[in-house]
Amino acid sequence: MPIRLCGKNKTTTPKRETTECPDNLCVYMAQAGYLLDGLFYVTISAGDINLESIGIMSTPKLELRNVSKTFHANGMVVRALENISLAVTPGEFLTVIGPSGSGKSTLFNLITGLLEPDSGEILLDGVVDVVRAGHFGYMPQRDLLLPWRSVLDNVIIPLELRGIPRTDARTRARQMLPMFGLEDFADSYPASLSGGMRQRAALLRTILTERDTLLLDEPFGALDALTRRELQDWLLGLWEQFRQTVVFITHDVEEALYLGDRVAVLSPRPGRVANMLAVDLPRPRRRGMIALPQFGRQMSELLESLGVEV
Amino acid sequence: MDISLAHKQQKHPLMPAAPRWQVWLPILMLVAFLIGWEALVRLSNIPAFILPSPGAVGAKLANVVLNGTLLHHSIVTLAEVVGGLALGLTVATVLGYLLAKSVTVERALAPYLVASQAIPIVAIAPLLVIWFGSGMFSKVLISALIVFFPILINTIAGIRGVPADLHDLMRSLRATRWQIFSKLEVPASLPVLLAGLKIGATLSVIGAVVGEFAGANAGLGSMISLADGQYDTARMFVGVLALVTMALALYGTVTWIERRALRWQK
Repeated sequence: MPIRLCGKNKTTTPKRETTECPDNLCVYMAQAGYLLDGLFYVTISAGDINLESIGIMSTPKLELRNVSKTFHANGMVVRALENISLAVTPGEFLTVIGPSGSGKSTLFNLITGLLEPDSGEILLDGVVDVVRAGHFGYMPQRDLLLPWRSVLDNVIIPLELRGIPRTDARTRARQMLPMFGLEDFADSYPASLSGGMRQRAALLRTILTERDTLLLDEPFGALDALTRRELQDWLLGLWEQFRQTVVFITHDVEEALYLGDRVAVLSPRPGRVANMLAVDLPRPRRRGMIALPQFGRQMSELLESLGVEV
Repeated sequence: MDISLAHKQQKHPLMPAAPRWQVWLPILMLVAFLIGWEALVRLSNIPAFILPSPGAVGAKLANVVLNGTLLHHSIVTLAEVVGGLALGLTVATVLGYLLAKSVTVERALAPYLVASQAIPIVAIAPLLVIWFGSGMFSKVLISALIVFFPILINTIAGIRGVPADLHDLMRSLRATRWQIFSKLEVPASLPVLLAGLKIGATLSVIGAVVGEFAGANAGLGSMISLADGQYDTARMFVGVLALVTMALALYGTVTWIERRALRWQK
């Protein structure tokens, strides 16, 4: 008997529809509602069905299903996001690009639990989690370093909030400073750092959340072109080493292609996924790849889906 | 000395750095002033009960220092001032925090808090002395009352001024309420709070003296009002001098605390 109801939204799980599966199991799973995916996994592996044949080899690290968000301000209704569906596989580097006002930051605020969606659901490791805060290393647009704390004391904030004693946290963070080029600035206050160094400090703070999913909101947006390129390569190096799942918001098409495994293009308000593009470049990335013909081709495809005349 | 409210101004002083010798200018001014004063008294034959000469004031100062009168009164006033400051600070910061965090509390209390500032403290000081006696407690209360408002306003401004995105960052890191309070709100609002405390420090001295004028048997204010009754004008000068010194010392202490706590601003 083919499974027809195994995903809440059939369009996001097309492979499962043709799979053999006991009838009562499907009904059971449909009743289970939002716990569907978790149950699916457990129930099936208890039975005789080969997981590979069903096509759910790995549960997405992060999944958004038909998420919508509308804001009401001063009598105006702003539809920020409409029916966003996205799945990020473990270890993937997904870049999200969209015109300003396409709800990119709203997307992150929803994922981190700072906001709740009006409809749709957000799944972490296949489970709808009510408390999403604390599951991610979230780096907001501004570096948001606390001006009264030294660089070292700024980056240990995530550890400190988890109850790790300051001295232990400092020791742990100090070992990471060289990798971020901050070893000479441990005791400096943020005000005395350059923009690039502040971003690196903010990124180290994000890494020290010790979460395997990083949400980076235009981290290099405010930097000059040279510093930005330098940090892109440095970030890639870091990612090759740690292989966290990364969702990276940017408004720079070149940056989106150069960094990402896939690029999600958001449409102007109300934001929805207008295009999803698998980047046709090998890893590790090298600067010279920008000159490859497929880079140019995908660049114009992205620009087109952003509504730019090419 | 810097009396500016806003901290940012401290970084950019209006005056350029002065040459070294100009440090002595205020002292030179003082000496010139004292000489002029002494000359005026000697040449114009003004009676000592109207304007004592600086020499006479100096002699009186030595007198009250040596017989312990000044110390006795100063300690009483200082205790009232410090007590008033502590009480006013505590109530104002706690209430200010609640007001800053809750619009409901603010709506309920704001009109009365503003109205309370319209009552001249001089007018209710005698009432408080009647209610709470002529001892130190009524002065502590009056001093606390006068200190209360500026600290309250600055607490509210400080807490409300904490950027929303810093709150979001802390929340995304799953900080508890207490962690947000102690690691974000307190340090972030400290500059504004300390500016309020600076104003409060000088006001608290005024509060204590007003209270002592309304009825007391010890303290610099009561020493002045007693000397007034005896036409001992030199002693009144000594009292005023001691009060000014006290206010300056308190202001200096807060400035020192500020420098230490806000080192990151330099």
